[in-house]
Amino acid sequence: MAKQPTAREVLIDPIFNNNPIALQILGICSALAVTSNLNTALVMAIALTLVTAFSNLFIAMIRNQIPSSIRMIVQMVIIASLVIVVDQVLRAYAFSLAKQLSVFVGLIITNCIVMGRAEAFAMQNPPMLSFWDGIGNGLGYSLMLIALGVIRELFGAGKLMGVEILPLVKDGGWYDPNGLLLLPPSAFFLIGLFIWGLRIWKKDQTEPATFKLAPQVREEGE
Amino acid sequence: MEHLLSLFIRAVFIENMALAFFLGMCSFIAISKKIETAIGLGIAVIVVQTITLPANNLVYTYLLRDGALAWAGLPNVDLSYLSFLTFIGVIAAIVQILEMLLDKYVPALYNALGIFLPLITVNCVIMAGSLFMQERDYNFSESVVYGVGSGASWALAIALLAGIREKLKYSNVPDGLQGLGITFIIIGLMSLGFMSFSGVQL
Repeated sequence: MAKQPTAREVLIDPIFNNNPIALQILGICSALAVTSNLNTALVMAIALTLVTAFSNLFIAMIRNQIPSSIRMIVQMVIIASLVIVVDQVLRAYAFSLAKQLSVFVGLIITNCIVMGRAEAFAMQNPPMLSFWDGIGNGLGYSLMLIALGVIRELFGAGKLMGVEILPLVKDGGWYDPNGLLLLPPSAFFLIGLFIWGLRIWKKDQTEPATFKLAPQVREEGE
Repeated sequence: MEHLLSLFIRAVFIENMALAFFLGMCSFIAISKKIETAIGLGIAVIVVQTITLPANNLVYTYLLRDGALAWAGLPNVDLSYLSFLTFIGVIAAIVQILEMLLDKYVPALYNALGIFLPLITVNCVIMAGSLFMQERDYNFSESVVYGVGSGASWALAIALLAGIREKLKYSNVPDGLQGLGITFIIIGLMSLGFMSFSGVQL
């Protein structure tokens, strides 16, 4: 990287221009598993943003002291300690939510966004800039998670954060919920469509086709 | 024996790590462009999973579990809150060793895997295997079988996806969906297919 990016750039860029889920293909596992309702999606988004920001900060602080052959272990120890803190706080203050998230809080450790940003950004940049980069990437991830959570819970169960928005048919309302949206495959379809939308808006993110289809030619004697 | 066999079948098909639990998606999508690299990574995951799961099982049973330190004269110590840190430490160490071995003996595979080899450490499949092992209280032999099975399930899924994507190169996909977008939709369809296994009773 020739020139230092500014704090503003690293904060805003990951939200649309370089979204961790839509463009960098990082951190998708949890995006699928926790978004079937908005509550868990929100908690997960906040937890991940904090962990990414602070792990970036700490790793950037000691980046010149880490020998490169054991850098992964050092990064993992920092990230894992942060996640243990998050997990213990959740268990203490929001036990039922922590139960719903089950293994996925632990899986923040292995969320590629955290490790990917640590490896790609925090190892080369000063601490505060890395901190903002962590927040920015966390926000890009949160945006995706919250969008998915809203769509899946609203149309899958007619509720938002447990409050009824669309009255269901079985309770005498008019809305017939789409159960597929609560099942995991729907998250894949939604992310696919979301990426499609984003790339129509931001043309430069479109990947080139691997092969151009030739127009159909009928060969001689066929 | 029968019990272990059904555990294996369940780990591979019914609880497929990639398509039923949606774990390890990052490398699942990024490495599945070619069948050879996909299979290479799949094998790497099976190997790492098969080594780390039993290793973590031993660590958990003899060091971390509530009362596990009784052999050291500390029957009241419960270190299970350290499990995240310990599991990931074991995994990172094993991956780093594997990375050095591959670099020395199979440089072609090492170059093909690129940044995704270090990312095996953060491949959710490996960590999730250990966390599920802890949550479901597997004993040592079960953890060996579960390690092989869950690794194989992921390898199977990535090989299948790579096969589909290789064919897909020749199809006419709308511009914005090209690449990542269409891949998500394919995985969605595959996981719908694998959901049909969830009705199998063992």
